[in-house]
Amino acid sequence: MGIRILKGGMLTTVQDLGRTGYQSQGFSVAGVMDVRSFKIANLLLDNPENEAVLEFTLIGPTIQFTSATIIAITGGDFQPTINGEPAPMYTALYMNKGDILKFGSARTGSRGYVAFSSYLDIPVVLGSRCTNMKSGIGGFKGRKLKEDDYFNFRMKRRYLPFFLSRKLEPDDFGQEETVLRVIMGPQDDLFSKQGIETFLNSEYVVTSDFDRMGCRLEGPFIAPKETSDIISDGIAFGSIQVPSHGKPIILLSDRQTTGGYAKIATVATVDIPKLVQRKTDHKIRFQPITVQEAQRLLLDEVKELEEMRKMIHQPCKEVLDCRLVAKRLTKLFED
Amino acid sequence: MQNIRILTAGDSSILVEFGKEISPEINRKITATVQLMREQHIEGVVDVIPAFCSLLINYDPRVVSYDEIRERMQNLVKVDASVSEERRRIFEIPVCYGGEYGPDIANIAEHAGLSEEEVIKIHSSRDYLIYMLGFLPGFCYLGGLDERIHTPRLANPRIKINAGSVGIGGSQTGIYPLDSPGGWQLMGMTPVKTYDPGREVPILVEAGDYIRFKPIDEDEFKRIKELVDRGEYQCVIHEGEV
Repeated sequence: MGIRILKGGMLTTVQDLGRTGYQSQGFSVAGVMDVRSFKIANLLLDNPENEAVLEFTLIGPTIQFTSATIIAITGGDFQPTINGEPAPMYTALYMNKGDILKFGSARTGSRGYVAFSSYLDIPVVLGSRCTNMKSGIGGFKGRKLKEDDYFNFRMKRRYLPFFLSRKLEPDDFGQEETVLRVIMGPQDDLFSKQGIETFLNSEYVVTSDFDRMGCRLEGPFIAPKETSDIISDGIAFGSIQVPSHGKPIILLSDRQTTGGYAKIATVATVDIPKLVQRKTDHKIRFQPITVQEAQRLLLDEVKELEEMRKMIHQPCKEVLDCRLVAKRLTKLFED
Repeated sequence: MQNIRILTAGDSSILVEFGKEISPEINRKITATVQLMREQHIEGVVDVIPAFCSLLINYDPRVVSYDEIRERMQNLVKVDASVSEERRRIFEIPVCYGGEYGPDIANIAEHAGLSEEEVIKIHSSRDYLIYMLGFLPGFCYLGGLDERIHTPRLANPRIKINAGSVGIGGSQTGIYPLDSPGGWQLMGMTPVKTYDPGREVPILVEAGDYIRFKPIDEDEFKRIKELVDRGEYQCVIHEGEV
């Protein structure tokens, strides 16, 4: 009892926070691109923080439920419908056996997430359920999902307390211009003063070379002092690599563990979701902050998510309005 | 050791740079530091990526702050740790050279102006330090290939190279851990799986270990391959001096 994929969409994979601890052996971390949307989806269902979800890109999947469960949809707006009726996002949704959840193309953002209260029955490989497509491991058979793929749930979990309270204000991914806060380094010293100024004061454009591995930007040439070739070293999530062509490439979830180009800066963790939700031709600017500031922002987000968790565990305001409750209950029973 | 720099790599990683050259001494210091970090169980560290002359440390800033991890690493690299001789592991990799197993061995021999037998002898007569793993799961960057058999990559890379292929690309030699496109000159094949996702330990080696290639004939290749397929093959590991 679980879900059947009726249409795979453009790129739908099973993901969690990634396969950490094995990078020294050459395994990419993989994992979700937009960690914030991922965490909020699981939070809405009281799932463990690292529970596996489906991540989809630009065109979403169509999914049939072969047993009842509760889901939450977050990330970009893929115009979801349940049995043809528009479905709200950032809220807990009860799904019946036979229901069809359909995503369209991304109206805003570029990546969407759906979490399940009954947990996807996907084997854990090296500590993670995430799909590493390049190595062909993890997730569902190490690959993206396609028509007729079927998998079970690990358990029956069809009740959540405070069900009516489980809704949050959706994040807005409608912007076409974004400022990404960055921490300079580790190899900013290999770029000329002018190169650094160009990087921090120019507008860069997202190209179509944008996948789970990285995002290539087009824009003014960032000059190295001599060369931007380095002896290969480890790469962090959000590293901004500048090869000798002088255009930045931001390395993302499916990045290789090591690389031989200088990294001028690293995107602050809290701003990576803003980047991964962009589309081709969207504009990017960079703003430097200190590492301490970036970590403060990250801890602020932890607090913000904690507030969200508290909010969805309070009795619903609408409970005071009996007519609304009756209406919602009727709808629940009708389904 | 001088010139160790600790560099910022975002809000969840720091990069410890041990030098700016590829040398066994620097690499050994990195291996020793990784061992030391394991022994000390530094709270908040989620992953380490040792490379030729640097070590990237990924940490969870919710557990340990930048200032804390930086100070911790500054103290740690001061410890005069070196990998003791007896801890060195040398993995013996049996290789069937030439023929259909190594279709480019004639290229390598011709480029070197040597016979195929001499190429095999040179390739299998020294131990190679694993500087780092990367590129693919289990792919080892090996140091120390004899200059006489350095060979440029193929002008036309192959679309598929089978897992287990042993080859030379420029000044490097190595083993393809899984099927992959590539441009290296193929000189042989090992029946041993350096990467097996189904095995309890998918990757046997780690940075700081050594690899020793041992020439075998086709019969031996088939015998070992059968053992490998049944999951009964035990990789030969020599310990001690290189």
